Amino acid sequence: MAVTLPIYLDNNATTRVDPRVLEAMLPYFTEHFGNSASRNHAFGWAAEEAVDTARGQVASLIGANSKEIVWTSGATESNNLAIKGTAAMYRDKGKHIITCITEHKAVIDPCKRLQREGYDVTWLEPDADGVISAAQVAAAMRDDTILVTLMWANNEIGTISEIPEIGKLCKDKGVIFHTDATQWVGKMPTDVEAAGVDLLSASAHKIYGPKGVGMLYVRRRRPRVRLVPIIDGGGHERGMRSGTINVPGVVGMGAAAELCANEMAIEGPRLKALRDKLERGVTEPLEGTKINGHPEHRLPHTSNVSFAWVEGESLMMAIRDIAVSSGSACTSASLEPSYVLKGLGVGDDLAHSSLRFGLGRFTTEEEIDYTIDKVVEGVNKLREMSPLYELAKQGVDLSKIEWAAH
Amino acid sequence: MAYSEKVIDHYEKPRNVGSLDQEAANVGTGIVGAPECGDVMKLQVLVDEQTGKITDAKFKTFGCGSAIASSSLATEWMKGKTVDEALAIKNTDIVNELSLPPVKIHCSVLAEDAIRSAIADYKKKQSETEGAAASA
Repeated sequence: MAVTLPIYLDNNATTRVDPRVLEAMLPYFTEHFGNSASRNHAFGWAAEEAVDTARGQVASLIGANSKEIVWTSGATESNNLAIKGTAAMYRDKGKHIITCITEHKAVIDPCKRLQREGYDVTWLEPDADGVISAAQVAAAMRDDTILVTLMWANNEIGTISEIPEIGKLCKDKGVIFHTDATQWVGKMPTDVEAAGVDLLSASAHKIYGPKGVGMLYVRRRRPRVRLVPIIDGGGHERGMRSGTINVPGVVGMGAAAELCANEMAIEGPRLKALRDKLERGVTEPLEGTKINGHPEHRLPHTSNVSFAWVEGESLMMAIRDIAVSSGSACTSASLEPSYVLKGLGVGDDLAHSSLRFGLGRFTTEEEIDYTIDKVVEGVNKLREMSPLYELAKQGVDLSKIEWAAH
Repeated sequence: MAYSEKVIDHYEKPRNVGSLDQEAANVGTGIVGAPECGDVMKLQVLVDEQTGKITDAKFKTFGCGSAIASSSLATEWMKGKTVDEALAIKNTDIVNELSLPPVKIHCSVLAEDAIRSAIADYKKKQSETEGAAASA
């Protein structure tokens, strides 16, 4: 079967809306367009019913009660609400927060802001595979710790954290535990009870739903978590997030959640097989490759590979028909290579040389075969014109050269 | 960000990829940049010692598409020029020719540095051989 170009392998950035999700959403734009907060007419009731159904679908995906789901505009807002809301609510109890350096910016930046406001933040450093251990968290705990916020799985490398162990630890210490589960939820089985999670952020557009919708799970029992809202207004969502609910959006997130719940048992292994084929296909014929992230404890659809002596953006150009992302500085607005890869101790040179492949529901084996061929061809072509490859072939140790940094 | 047609053309069909004999007295080599910064350019010139003209130029670049295109263009422009004429190539000429966006201007700066570094190396070698000849 021929492949249709371009190929999308950037599903950690966003996913295509599943046509079944779109179908579920459409009536809520034109037919059932009511405001779910309108309590006294049929339009409002229809919208409210749809929102409640979606709440149930999302709650069921993560093992929560539907009353514990707070709709937001996306995981960035959910993370902000969880972190800032907890810090403000429990400030009299303490001002210490634990997080790590490889979190998403939507966790790092709220923590940095709190730091400027006088909170004390401990920034844990992961091991070379990207893992934060429960022991590290235990060692960082203090009497005044009020919040631990650690992602369930990393967006760049897919490494999975020891969430249930950390959850248990937090429970024992009476510390609130938030996890940014944006890349995890919908892909892997999730049970907030078993994992001891108190707050969990997720987004619709990473699970084949629409952009602009997300949710924050807020535990109601053992313990009942309270948050100071960051948006004030009509008191929607139990007062935690004012603003008219994006009814078509949450209907989409609900439908997307239900599809994920039904299909992940098949989809996860299928994507893992394709991902492993991709990794074998690009690492076996090429020397100087490195798979970033934990070899086993890793999301099944994520692959992050460094190709030594080749710069990531030029490699993306060589495989222009395939949409991926890179840890190279040239692809980021900041002109800094990936802080996640740096956080693992991957050298800047290998961070510049990395590609991230994000497989998804619509990825086919033919697309993976095509990608393998293009990547190998691109790396070989670029190595032929790489002075670093030439020096390495001559036996020069690149780390011993004194480069003139610019 | 879309690449300009000229960048793509140089990237797809890079001019003068390769290496010259770094030890030769009539070859100047410039290596600029650093792997940590995401770009390294090696640029070499072969100079006719009688006329002072650059008869061949080669490059190898580790870097983004714009860095590859900037060095490819630099080798193309240097060929046939005297070393002093080649020194007059400015990074802004490269920016204009390749329609580089602001975030890629550093690629053109690196290419200009590579030109200067290669020619400086050639001149240094020449003065050393002259010095050696004078003291002989």
